Amino acid sequence: MNENEVDILLVDDSQEDVELTLHALRTEGLANHVFIARDGEEALDFLFCTGPHAQRSFDHPPKLVLLDLKMPKVDGMQVLKQIKDDARTKTIPVVLMTSSREERDMAEGYELGVNSYIQKPVDCDEFRKVVKLLGLYWLVTNRPPITNATPQVAKQAP
Amino acid sequence: MKPASDLLMVDDNPADVALVCEALAANKHRSRLHSVGDGVEAMAFLNHRDKYANAIRPDLVILDLNLPKKDGLAVLTAMKAAPDLRQIPVVIFSTSLLRKDIVRSYDLGANCYVSKPGNLNDFFFAVKSMEEFWFGFVNLPPRGE
Repeated sequence: MNENEVDILLVDDSQEDVELTLHALRTEGLANHVFIARDGEEALDFLFCTGPHAQRSFDHPPKLVLLDLKMPKVDGMQVLKQIKDDARTKTIPVVLMTSSREERDMAEGYELGVNSYIQKPVDCDEFRKVVKLLGLYWLVTNRPPITNATPQVAKQAP
Repeated sequence: MKPASDLLMVDDNPADVALVCEALAANKHRSRLHSVGDGVEAMAFLNHRDKYANAIRPDLVILDLNLPKKDGLAVLTAMKAAPDLRQIPVVIFSTSLLRKDIVRSYDLGANCYVSKPGNLNDFFFAVKSMEEFWFGFVNLPPRGE
């Protein structure tokens, strides 16, 4: 997959949640351009075009970042803060999707500028339903910011 | 079941407000719609000023961009600069498809941007999907007092 054509950046260290999410997106035809980062550090490398993702371009941000909170190396709140603190990335929609039921996390997320905050349902069917609706809402109903200066004619190819 | 949610719609077109009201009435979330027609009224509502002294703090704001007196981006800027209002999610609901309006809205902290469809069915679909998403699945910030 071309790293400059990513619709969703999925950041989650749980293999089970990643598989469930991909399955739900796939059934809606929304999983073709998903990039998976296993921890916050990898997500930041991807978004800020550093390390193994140095070849990426800021002109092609993902349309949505689905971000878990509790992760190794750099946690979700830190990733969110860095995205929203940087002019190059702050317009990218970020959805925190977490098992945390802490009101404090929710308030902090909104304070830092998260676009929406969703509790991961424990039930698998409910989880799939939420991911499906989430994908449809952000990729179909919502208009993502397009930060590149030129129209995306490449989308017409091939 | 989640408690009923309060939605503030800021729009100067009464027909659009009526359509949103109709779309919400058919849904299961029991959301209560409050509406104001310009940006100055919106800030008065949010800050409980004048006739809005007893206004409720909305769980979600649906904000048009082209508004009399104070436009949508100015309302958004004022909301996101106010410590007691900045957590309230704001959905921009506008007919504008201009890239500069979309990017500027996100830049100022809009939670999402939904274009207002001209077609009636699409309009209903957009409103219902907004309600389903924000009031069905999203955890909205705590209301506080």
